[in-house]
Amino acid sequence: MTAKIELKGVMKRFGRKVVLDGVDLSVEQGESLVIIGGSGSGKSVTLKCILGLITPDKGSIKVDGQEVTRLTGRPREQVNRKFGMLFQSAALFDSLKVWENVAFALIQGRGLGRREAKEIALQKLAKVGLGPEVGELSPSELSGGMQKRVGLARAIAAEPEIIFFDEPTTGLDPIMADVINDLIVATVKDMGVTTLSITHDMASARKIADKIAMIYKGKIIWAGRKADIDKSGNPYVDQFIHGRAEGPIKMELAK
Amino acid sequence: MNPFALVGRFVVTFLREIGRIAQFAALAVPACFMPPIYGRLVLQQMLRIGYFSLPVVGLTAFFTGGALALQIFVGSDIGAETLVPQIVVLGITRELGPVMAGLMVAGRVSAAIAAELGTMRVTEQIDALVTLSTNPFKYLVAPRLIAAVLTMPVLVAIADIIGVMGGWIVAVYSLDFNSAAYLNNTADFLKMGDVTSGLWKAAVFGFIIALMGCFHGYNSKGGAQGVGAATTNAVVSAAILILAANYFMTSIFFGEGSR
Repeated sequence: MTAKIELKGVMKRFGRKVVLDGVDLSVEQGESLVIIGGSGSGKSVTLKCILGLITPDKGSIKVDGQEVTRLTGRPREQVNRKFGMLFQSAALFDSLKVWENVAFALIQGRGLGRREAKEIALQKLAKVGLGPEVGELSPSELSGGMQKRVGLARAIAAEPEIIFFDEPTTGLDPIMADVINDLIVATVKDMGVTTLSITHDMASARKIADKIAMIYKGKIIWAGRKADIDKSGNPYVDQFIHGRAEGPIKMELAK
Repeated sequence: MNPFALVGRFVVTFLREIGRIAQFAALAVPACFMPPIYGRLVLQQMLRIGYFSLPVVGLTAFFTGGALALQIFVGSDIGAETLVPQIVVLGITRELGPVMAGLMVAGRVSAAIAAELGTMRVTEQIDALVTLSTNPFKYLVAPRLIAAVLTMPVLVAIADIIGVMGGWIVAVYSLDFNSAAYLNNTADFLKMGDVTSGLWKAAVFGFIIALMGCFHGYNSKGGAQGVGAATTNAVVSAAILILAANYFMTSIFFGEGSR
């Protein structure tokens, strides 16, 4: 069986700074992989490479066995139709109402009528626990947690095959974070989609992951099943999951 | 630092910037012609770029025309009766109408576009567009370019009329000109080419205004400060490019070769 997403030796540098130094990763159909790692370890760049927002310098990225690294224009849009993404800051369009945000991919991408799209949008909003009255609001009127929910509704609106979560719980209080985690697990299980998440929140990773991979200095240094992470025997992983200041990972505080 | 290195670095930065703008335009222009074209967004932008610029462009044209009339009257000993209307109408339609309108709209619209797109960039809204399989060049850039290129000539046509009217009002009510004679002289000296050259300029200025706003906004980096820098750069570069383009278009329309 071909993996849903497969990265081989992906390299990316910005100027002299090597951000990705040969990332190897594969996500199977229907699996939930969570990439953990500190700030600046290359998590976000990995995600953006798969989405085609950044073109890697070297290496191969395959989605459903199709090489996507060099795709642009129409073929790229075709591949991106398989994707949905929840951004760290939710990235809702502030010029549009909430329901128009959720219906965006349906109206712009699929050419659905506004009335039909609105109906689906309200269904998706209900799925993330928001009533139809929220649909008429503007994104700036929502709290952080509600914005995340709307972002999730937007990500699932066009029934994607793969959903990316970029720091889904960052900036939320612990209770709202758990609510979002539950929502992610529920919607994902419900839809049977493949997901790839990046986070530095271990509670979130333990909740939504089937598998966990840890990235450090642009390389995947450990990958395995969620249950095995506590006995990885890898000092970097141990330091990270226990959140210790002391260990092999040195924070670059002084420049 | 070595002064030669400094000059070299400046030249390289300058050329690189030109290359990046050309690259951006090469993506943006085809997006204006290839479907999907978002008609709703084009109309919305025409309203924002064109309609809402009317007051500022009208006022600018009015006072420019008035000041021009006054200045020429003071500077001319004899023949003011014909000189004032002639210079006002040619000055406004050929140069001042398009340039003043262009600069005012650059200040208003390039800045607004750069700030809006810049904020969308730093809050990942542009990335979000891509993940919703929408091409940002078609959804964001093309409507603004189309709207600016189409509405600027209309704005300038209105600026021409108001500018000439400003000159006429000052001449008649403050300088005691004969109203009918003034209007006759204005109409006698005005040729179609004076107006159309100005409208062509306006279309080009519209392109520059929207392109600079989009380019700087789309490529802005790093938070509030980055958006601020993008806004400033958009206005400054649009203004400079408008003045430079105006010179070259004047030399094409009215230079030695075209006589």
